[in-house]
Amino acid sequence: MLEKALTGSRSYWSWIFVLLVIIGAGVACWFWQFHEGLTITGLSRDVVWGFYIAQFTFLVGVAASAVMVVLPYYLHDYKAFGKMTILGEFLAIPAVIMCMLFIFVDMGMPNRILNVFLHPSPHSMMFWDTIALGGYLLLNIIISHWTLSAERREEPPPRWLKPIILLSIPWAVSIHTVTAFLYAGLAARPFWLTAILAPRFLASAFAAGPAILLLLAFFVRRVSTFDPGKKAIDALAKIVTYAMIINVFFVLMELFTALYSDIPEHVTHFQFLFVGLDGDNTLAPWMWVSSVLALVSLVVLINPKTRHNYNWLLFGCVTVVVSLWIDKGLGMVIAGFVPSPLGKVVHYSPTAPELMISLAVYAIGALVLTGLYKIALEVRGQIKHISY
Amino acid sequence: MKSSRRRFLKFVGLSAAGVVGSTGVTRTVRAVSEHEPPASQGKRWAMVIDLRKFSKDDALIDKIISACNTAHNIPDFSDDPKNEVKWIWTEDFETAFHSQEFHFIREDLKDKPTLLLCNHCDNPPCTRVCPTEATWKRESDGVVMMDWHRCIGCRYCVVACPYGSRSFNWKNPRTASNLANPPSTYPTRMRGVVEKCTFCDERLARGQQPACVEACSNDEMVFGDLNDPGSKVRQILAEHLAIRRKPELGTQPEIYYIVEDPRTLQEVAPAVEVFEEEGGHA
Repeated sequence: MLEKALTGSRSYWSWIFVLLVIIGAGVACWFWQFHEGLTITGLSRDVVWGFYIAQFTFLVGVAASAVMVVLPYYLHDYKAFGKMTILGEFLAIPAVIMCMLFIFVDMGMPNRILNVFLHPSPHSMMFWDTIALGGYLLLNIIISHWTLSAERREEPPPRWLKPIILLSIPWAVSIHTVTAFLYAGLAARPFWLTAILAPRFLASAFAAGPAILLLLAFFVRRVSTFDPGKKAIDALAKIVTYAMIINVFFVLMELFTALYSDIPEHVTHFQFLFVGLDGDNTLAPWMWVSSVLALVSLVVLINPKTRHNYNWLLFGCVTVVVSLWIDKGLGMVIAGFVPSPLGKVVHYSPTAPELMISLAVYAIGALVLTGLYKIALEVRGQIKHISY
Repeated sequence: MKSSRRRFLKFVGLSAAGVVGSTGVTRTVRAVSEHEPPASQGKRWAMVIDLRKFSKDDALIDKIISACNTAHNIPDFSDDPKNEVKWIWTEDFETAFHSQEFHFIREDLKDKPTLLLCNHCDNPPCTRVCPTEATWKRESDGVVMMDWHRCIGCRYCVVACPYGSRSFNWKNPRTASNLANPPSTYPTRMRGVVEKCTFCDERLARGQQPACVEACSNDEMVFGDLNDPGSKVRQILAEHLAIRRKPELGTQPEIYYIVEDPRTLQEVAPAVEVFEEEGGHA
């Protein structure tokens, strides 16, 4: 089946070429980082994790969100998602791969990565996260491979696959829960020490992930004869809407507890995020943009008139993705370190090589996604060979 | 309190793990409570730092810090704080204890240089999060150990430490210009691993005191075994009001700080005298 990704039009190959150039530049930067150490990033003794780990956190959500199409289709026999499920699974695979790569590029001694398996430590949440992510990748590869092969032969998927598909549902929830546990169990970091972190992660994941899926579906509709169907698009739009409402609600819960209790070590992190602390307000403009976009997205998505208009829906999805990316891919991780446990405000911003490496990881994800979507559409004979 | 907490955790773990029936659970509780571990097994190293004996611009502080830095080949990246590696260093008293409030405290106490190092907690959060057992609590004497040949450089322990006691080698420490040539016998580290104070485990193994304690002349830092009721640390802790950093987190730090003698605190004027007299010895 993989051979289907190796033939394509001129624009297909130019896109692949662009991605490969970005990947090449990123890999070069990574070798530089491997040689010099992580000193070439903006990270420091006080801000220990930054852009890499934040992207990892955001992408775990994208990976987990496949469950939002898999669950209605397989558990509730919601037929309208028939065409959407493979796109969801084929989004989850590159998302998990990117998660793993972001962890890998963040490691000081990547050559020792096998130590995680040679010296397994069940008391560490990182150990469980490795298992959760690895297992989820495997599940999605197995499921999408067998369903697509069956479809190619015009047969129903094998019966033994059903329990594996059902297993993938709680597993998807687990990857983001365990990722939240990485943060939420640390006495040293009051900003993350909140029981609502995992629910919040899941809510934002189930908003951002399906929103990305919708954007991809719209793109696929444009370049192929593939049509996920109006019913599927509308249903997915509703999922994005409700998840975004719940996410905003959870954020407000968090703000209430921190600000009304007025416990300094909980308040200061939000202060840093939204107004700045000790003259460092790097994230404040970002966080305000994120908040405004979240509100705009709610207005656009809750109103049925705009939600049913695909141009508005597209806009709504973009606002959801950008808002949540800022929230999770910038604010959530960095604010945990400012102020530091000693109450110090240390500035962090990613450096050029750090951003280049991150961009390359995204490009690797895009490359895998492109290949997988190409295969899915070819198997279904839905590529528009003339226009594409 | 500590052992009851452990028992509770054990109980929760067992009842969660077991699909044991309710009878099984009650039996577990009884079994655990009947077998109390002996009160003292092995040693429990701890340190008392007597802040009354330090003052600002104290040459002794430099002596203590450089004793550690030289013994352990610690790179000096202080010109670029982003890359800094610190095993023992100072913050002013207010910063060191910033979660505790000392309103209207004398200015010289507020700014007092306070030595900070790994607390060798009894319940360390850093070892709990390590995904490779590269850092662990040594059962025989309570030292929080570090194996930089196993560390994968994920920095989860640095994130989990509430005291900022762990350093990551952002760049190659062997390139630092301050290192003696050849370096001391202690192994140098490489870029990409975490390191921290290990209570000089290499010296403890030879029956010596930690290098920082040895650099002191007048019991400014005292090191000893908390499990030995006759030890000097136990005697000092019995007689003085000593505080620990962030006790509310339940980490049970094993570095104690004597701020002021409660007796002298009552007599304001003599306290100043005592302080000046003892602070000026350096």
